[in-house]
Amino acid sequence: MRARFSGWLLPGKPMQGLEENRARHSSPIRILIAKVGLDGHDRGVKIVARALRDAGMDVIYSGLHRTPEEVVNTAVQEDVDVLGVSLLSGAHMTIFPRLIELLKQNNAQDIILVGGGVMPDADVVALKAMGVAEVLLQDTPPNIIVETVRRLVAERGPR
Amino acid sequence: MSVPKPSLQLVAEVLEGQARSLSRLISRAEAGEVECRPALAEVYRHTGRAHVIGITGVPGSGKSTLVRGLALAARKSERKVGVIAIDPSSPYSGGAILGDRIRMNELNSDPGIFIRSMATRGALGGLARASLDAVDLMDAAGFDIVLLETVGVGQDEVDVVQATHTTVVVSAPGLGDDVQAIKAGILEIADIHVVSKCDRSDANKTITDLKMMLGLGLREQTTWQPPVVPTSGETGQGIEALLTTIDEHRAYLQQSGELAKRRRQTAEMRMLKTAEDILRQRFVGRRDGVAAELLEQVIARDIDPYAAAQRLLAALHEGEAK
Repeated sequence: MRARFSGWLLPGKPMQGLEENRARHSSPIRILIAKVGLDGHDRGVKIVARALRDAGMDVIYSGLHRTPEEVVNTAVQEDVDVLGVSLLSGAHMTIFPRLIELLKQNNAQDIILVGGGVMPDADVVALKAMGVAEVLLQDTPPNIIVETVRRLVAERGPR
Repeated sequence: MSVPKPSLQLVAEVLEGQARSLSRLISRAEAGEVECRPALAEVYRHTGRAHVIGITGVPGSGKSTLVRGLALAARKSERKVGVIAIDPSSPYSGGAILGDRIRMNELNSDPGIFIRSMATRGALGGLARASLDAVDLMDAAGFDIVLLETVGVGQDEVDVVQATHTTVVVSAPGLGDDVQAIKAGILEIADIHVVSKCDRSDANKTITDLKMMLGLGLREQTTWQPPVVPTSGETGQGIEALLTTIDEHRAYLQQSGELAKRRRQTAEMRMLKTAEDILRQRFVGRRDGVAAELLEQVIARDIDPYAAAQRLLAALHEGEAK
């Protein structure tokens, strides 16, 4: 498995990556990767988590079958920069509006919401209009996911 | 882009127990931002109330599951519980997967529980650098109990004992024999021993080995005797008993005057460690100057590392005087 992902996994001296990471950010980007609702598919989300880890981020993984409330509480307590929600169940048009509302209630709109999974193109447009910062569909290469996260955090700026 | 709220303005909200401000300040402490130091200094004046409990043990011994059980048990008596769960950073990329929360899912929607995952970011000893700042912040925010879960440790990561009031060492059945139990290191630091997964058939052997090890030690009769508490995350057995034992230990610390001694130890350790960190940062900042010249001399074996270190310190000192 390791060899397949060597495009962004940097083998090298221990701590080398750490130093590079420190040079880039005062602190690693923190991201919560969450699975919400009745959706038992977590292979993809684990690959995404691993890719983000290898890009030097602190990745919190929620585990399966979380509620939107649990996920937003976790995002607040962990003070993540990005909340990435993977949905393969087709419930995205119900769950994302709920997440956005809960983030607002918790005064946490500075947390960047990113969606991932299998969704119709029309829904992607609708999701972005309601405040999902980015939707990364199936077949998105891991390095694009990493770049997107970095770009969104850079665009938001310090908080 | 919005303008970040100054840390000092967040302090009042932390003291009120607002989760959002608490988590923000923990992040800033973790980032080592100078801007937040006055705020943390203010927070520090409001600490000293919480009972800080360290949970340590080898990877997979059941620390996170135990933390979940303890937090739920403590909530029954209306106590607010803060959890700091530490996982390792990758030595290659600096990144980390923080997965301790997965074992604590029932705790996610209770406002009386606040869980924060932390990556070690290169720190050794089982804790992360900002762990104790996070303990302070939770203490000041009104959490009665702070559970500090270390990374999965080996035999020698014993920093946690200097940072907490009560140290719980978790052993799982099936690892090592009675000789492991008399080795120096992690097992010595326990105020309370837990044998997790006690529903397993080989747990009794681990319990016996630990008790035997404790029986071999010579200690004064009046001092605290570390008990061995069997627990099971599967059946919930022993969790209430463990919380009771922890409360007994707290009472013992207060009555015996040991608490004051431990607080003193913690304060001293933190002062020295922080001084170390500040020095290291200064050296890193001067990598191109004096440090680089001295390094060349050490590599060429003109001077030894000890002499070089002394000159480096002297150079820093001069730099300050100017």
